[in-house]
Amino acid sequence: MFAPCVKYPTRLRENYFSIDDILTTQEKVPCKFQSSVLGLGFLDPGAEGTDLAAGTAMELPYWLARALCSRKRRIVTVEMPKPYREGYRQILSADANVVDLHKLGPYYYAFGIYLQSFGQPDAGEISNTLLQTFSTRFRRIMDSAQNCLNEDTTAVTGKLDELERVLFRVGQEGLTAFHCWQSGQSAKIVPSTMVTNYRKRKRQDGD
Amino acid sequence: MYGEKAVELIRQLHRSPDGSLPPFNEDGIRQVLEEMRVLFEQNQADVNKTVDGAPGLFPGVQLRHAALERNKRCLLAYMFNRMERLRAMRWEFGSVLPPDIKYNLSEQEIQWFSRYNKSLAAYMRSIGGPSGGGLDLTQDLKPPKSLYIEVRCLMDHGEFETEDGTILLLKKDSQHFLQRSQCEHLIRQGVLEHIL
Repeated sequence: MFAPCVKYPTRLRENYFSIDDILTTQEKVPCKFQSSVLGLGFLDPGAEGTDLAAGTAMELPYWLARALCSRKRRIVTVEMPKPYREGYRQILSADANVVDLHKLGPYYYAFGIYLQSFGQPDAGEISNTLLQTFSTRFRRIMDSAQNCLNEDTTAVTGKLDELERVLFRVGQEGLTAFHCWQSGQSAKIVPSTMVTNYRKRKRQDGD
Repeated sequence: MYGEKAVELIRQLHRSPDGSLPPFNEDGIRQVLEEMRVLFEQNQADVNKTVDGAPGLFPGVQLRHAALERNKRCLLAYMFNRMERLRAMRWEFGSVLPPDIKYNLSEQEIQWFSRYNKSLAAYMRSIGGPSGGGLDLTQDLKPPKSLYIEVRCLMDHGEFETEDGTILLLKKDSQHFLQRSQCEHLIRQGVLEHIL
């Protein structure tokens, strides 16, 4: 297809304008302030007074935590969010297939990779867990993507993380394209998906 | 927390399904810009105080600066992704957008869309040299197998004039045998159905 709507690569690749990347970096990280921040006490609803005192514990979005915690400046210290700690790592290593990754964080893998940048002592174990989890689950995702044609897949995709959902969809599209080719339908000119979706929505609004 | 309003814009885009564009959120953008203005002024005041010798303001400046950059990123991404989607629509819907999609665009986006249309048309005309007559890139998205194809009308579309001047009435459920190049766009729009 020539049309310049290259959907998957831009979704999988992080860049400055990527919506998924912005939403990933919006996930919260538990932080503790090491030095007091004057005049910004209102950011913590439980704080008294106008300043954020040193020692305040707060959940900050990743982009903020990243800016305030680097080798040069340590305004906050960072802890790993719960789904990446020892307890959950054990669950994932026991059987990754049954875990609802979407509940643990819609961008579980991507966010896990971002967390490595803080250089925490357990960063290595987290990356091992991510890799293990992915390779265990990938088999199942591929299997189900290649074997259900025209069925309701929400039960399967509901437990997948955003990256896995993209993979699942790619697999499904491959399967449909293959069936199209098999039944000799691939030369048929079909209406563009955007137009079809648009029409469907209009019909719904009309009812 | 800073940056929440900006992310809300991004979420709006994320939620909206393929083939639609949410209304241009001018109010949301204005609020984010206002937040950024306040952040910038506070930072400037704090930097001036630090230059005059006040201690301990630096962490606050850092925090606000990060929020400023984040807001900037969200705003730019909002504009950019809308533009990308608009560009995809040019290829899917053709050069004329449905009125309710057009209604959701901002003034600048409408201008951008018509300029994109013009550049695309100029480019397609320029292919094949000065006498080549150009090439319609939006045509033959799949390799053509025959010159004529059989189509069925899915809705009443009114009269349709082919290139050789014949006038056809495209009535619902009527079938026609047409040149592929002339009806491909109508199939893509969902007016006709290609029968194999």
